[in-house]
Amino acid sequence: MASVESANDFGFGEDEQMLRDLARKFLAEHLPVQKLRTLVAGDSDAVYERGEPTSWDRELWKQIVELGWTGLAVPEQAGGVGFKLVGIAALVEEVGRHALPSPLIATLNATYVLGAAERDTAAAWLSEIADGASATLAITDANGSWEPSSCDVSARDQGDETLLSGSAYFVQDASKADLLVVLARREDALVLCVVRSDAEGVEISRDHIHDLTRDQATVHFADVRVAGDAVVSVSGVETLERAWPAVLVTVAADLCGCSEWQLQTTVSYAKDRKQFDRPLGFFQAVKHPLVNAMLAIDRAKSLVYYAACCIDEGADDALGPARMAKSAASDAGVFMSDRSVQLHGGIGFTWESDVHIFFKRSMHNQVLYGDGGYQRRKLADSLIGPIES
Amino acid sequence: MSKQELNRQQAEFQEYTRNWLAENAPAPSETRLPLSVIEVMQEAHRDYLQAWQLACYEAGLVGCDVPSEYGGGGHEGFQRIANREMSKAGTPYLLNVVGLSMAVPTILVHGTEEQKRRFIPGALRGEEIWCQGFSEPGAGSDMANQQTFAQKRGDEWVVNGHKVWTSLGHFAKWMILLARTSRDHKYDGLTYFLCPIAGHPGVTVQPLVKMTGETGFNEVLFEDAVIADDLRLDAVGKGWTVAMTTLTHERGAAEGAGSGGGDAIQPIDRLINLARKSRRDGVRASDDPALRDQIMQQAIIAEGIHQNQRRARVPALTDHPMRLPLQSKVSMTEFVQNNARLGVEIAGAASTLYKLDPAAPDAGYWPHAYMNSYGHTIAAGTNEIQRNILGERVLGLAKSK
Repeated sequence: MASVESANDFGFGEDEQMLRDLARKFLAEHLPVQKLRTLVAGDSDAVYERGEPTSWDRELWKQIVELGWTGLAVPEQAGGVGFKLVGIAALVEEVGRHALPSPLIATLNATYVLGAAERDTAAAWLSEIADGASATLAITDANGSWEPSSCDVSARDQGDETLLSGSAYFVQDASKADLLVVLARREDALVLCVVRSDAEGVEISRDHIHDLTRDQATVHFADVRVAGDAVVSVSGVETLERAWPAVLVTVAADLCGCSEWQLQTTVSYAKDRKQFDRPLGFFQAVKHPLVNAMLAIDRAKSLVYYAACCIDEGADDALGPARMAKSAASDAGVFMSDRSVQLHGGIGFTWESDVHIFFKRSMHNQVLYGDGGYQRRKLADSLIGPIES
Repeated sequence: MSKQELNRQQAEFQEYTRNWLAENAPAPSETRLPLSVIEVMQEAHRDYLQAWQLACYEAGLVGCDVPSEYGGGGHEGFQRIANREMSKAGTPYLLNVVGLSMAVPTILVHGTEEQKRRFIPGALRGEEIWCQGFSEPGAGSDMANQQTFAQKRGDEWVVNGHKVWTSLGHFAKWMILLARTSRDHKYDGLTYFLCPIAGHPGVTVQPLVKMTGETGFNEVLFEDAVIADDLRLDAVGKGWTVAMTTLTHERGAAEGAGSGGGDAIQPIDRLINLARKSRRDGVRASDDPALRDQIMQQAIIAEGIHQNQRRARVPALTDHPMRLPLQSKVSMTEFVQNNARLGVEIAGAASTLYKLDPAAPDAGYWPHAYMNSYGHTIAAGTNEIQRNILGERVLGLAKSK
C-alpha cells in the first residue's frame, strides 16, 4: 500500500512550499501589474497596428535563471534539480498569476520532452538547459493539430548528418528560445532533434498574436544541418506521448494562476465600486457568478495537483488526470475571463484596464494543446471507449 | 503522537476496515432499500438498518473519533477513512444520520457532561434515532425567523409550534430543536433543546408527501409539549450559536457515508453503463458525441470534487481555510442533480417510465433520483444561500441583506 501521507498531500512538502512561497514573493516584488502593463501594454497601436513585438524584461529573466527555475525539471543525472512536478505546478501557478512574459513555460515543456527522449544524446541538451539555456517545442503542423502524429518538417539523412526542411507552426516563445526541439518526419518515423534557434537556415517568422505576454512564431527550416548527437529520439510520437501529461499540467497550472488573478481583481473591484448606493458585490447577479468562478477554479487547481502527483508517482495513467486538469482549467479560464470583463463594466472593456492582459493570456492558454472540449473527446475515447462506426 | 505514528495507525485502520467490510457486508434487505436514508419509511428497513449500524459500531467503524468515555473509539481522523471505505464497499447507509453528523458533534461541543453520557452512546449505536427541527413554514433560508415558542414554566419549557421537512421524524426518539424563547431579539432570542419525540405528549408527527409521491419528510406539531430544563443545550439565548455548530457539521459533511452525497466516482460508471445499453437513433447512446461530452464533464467534476476534499487537508495548497470546506455542499448536491438529469437524457424515451413500469431502465432510478435531488439542493441552506455565504465569508463581498 502506498503510504497514506504521500497519497494525502499530493507529495507537496516543505521544499515545494518553500519554492512556491519564494516565487510568490519574488514575482510580487519584481513584476507588479503596473510594471507588467508598462512592459507589454504601453501603446496599443504599436502592437496591433504596427505589429511590433511586445517587450519582456531580460534582466528579470536573468535573475530567474540564476534562481534556477529553468533547471527545475531537468533530471538530476543531467545536472538539474529533478524537482517534483507538484512543486513546479505551484510555481507555474504563480507565474500565471503575474502573467510573466518569459520563455519559462516553453522551456519547462521542452525539458519534459527531452527528459522523455530515449537516446542518451538528450542528456547534453538537458545540461545546457540546466545551465540556463531556454528552449521551446517546434512540433505543430500548419493546421494547428495538437496530436504529435503529424508535422510539416521533413528530415533526410546526408552522410553523418540530418537535413531538416519545412516549417513548424504555433511555436511558443520562439523569439526568446535558445533551443528548438523539432519534430520531423524521416521516412516512416517521426524523429525529435534539437536545433539552435540561430543555426544557419533557421528563420523565425513572428506571428501576430493577441496575447501580449508571449510571442509565437512559424519557424522555417531550409536544409538545416543537424548532427547525430542532436537527434534525441527516433520514436518521436512515443516520446511526446510520455511527456504529454506534464506539458498539459504545466499549461493548466498557468491557466489556474491567471484565473485566480482575475478572480481576486474582479472581487476587489466588486467591493470598491458602488452603484445604486451599494458595492457591486451586494448584488447576487454579481456575487453568485464570482462564486461559480471560484468553484470552477478550485476544481481545476485540485485536478492540477492530482495530475502532477500522478506523474510524480509514476502512475500508469497520468494522461487521463492531466486531460481532466487541462479541460477543467481551460473551462474555468473561459468563464472567469468572461466575467472579469463583464463585471468590470465599461472600464473592463478598455485598453487602460489591466483585465484584458490576463483575458488574452488565458485565451491563448485555453486553446494551447487542446481546449476543454478537445480534452474531453480524448478522455471519452479512453473512459467510454472509441465510437463504434 | 507523531505525524508518522498517526499515519501508520490510520493506514492500519484503513486495512482493517476494508477487510472487515469485505467479510461482514450484510445480505441485501428483503425488499429494496430506498435511494437515500432520508426516504426510509418501512419498519422492516429501519430494523435492518439499525442492525447494520450496530454491527458497524461494534466493529469500531462508527463514532471512531468520539472520546471513549462517551462510547466512541477515541481516535483521530479515523471516521473519514471508515466513511470512505463504507462508500467504496457499497454497504448500506447508516440510518442515524442526523444523530451522527449533527446531534453528536453539537452535544460534544455544547453539552453538559451528563448530556454527553446520556445521549451520545445511544446515537452511535443507532438505538436512538434523531431528527432535526430547524425548518418551519416561515423559516427556510431565513433560519433565524423561528416562530416555534418555548415558554419557561418553573423547571420546564412549554413548546408550541410547527416544524417541517423533518427527515426520519417518524422513527425519531429525539429531535435537535431550535425554538424561540424571546420575541425581543431575532438571533439572541433563540434556544436549543434536545426534545423527546416518539410517544411524547403534545408532539404529533405526520408525513409530508414529496413531488415523487413518496413520504420521508414529516411535519411535527407541538401543542403544549413539555421539555425539562435539563434537556436545554447550552445557555438560554445561545441557540443560534449552537445551531451554527450543527450546520457546520451538516454542511461540511458532504463527504463519505451517511451524508446523502456519498462518493462522486461510482455514479460516472453508472452513467456509462446506462449509455452503453441505451439506444439513440439505432446506435448506442455511448457513441453519441454530445452525450459523451456531457458524461466527461460530469466525470471531471466528480474527480475535481474528490481532489478538492484531498486538497482541503493540505493547508499549504489552500489560501483561505474555509474556501474548500464551504464549497462541498453546493458542489456535491449540484453534481448529484446534474448526474441524474444527464441519466434522464441518456435514457431518452424510456426515461418517461415510472418505476412500476417493468421497462423502466434501472428500475426507474434516473428520473426518480433527478426529482429527489432537489431535496439536497434545497435542504441544509439552499444553494443560493450557500453562494451568499461563500461570496461573503470567503470572497469578502458585501452582505446581500
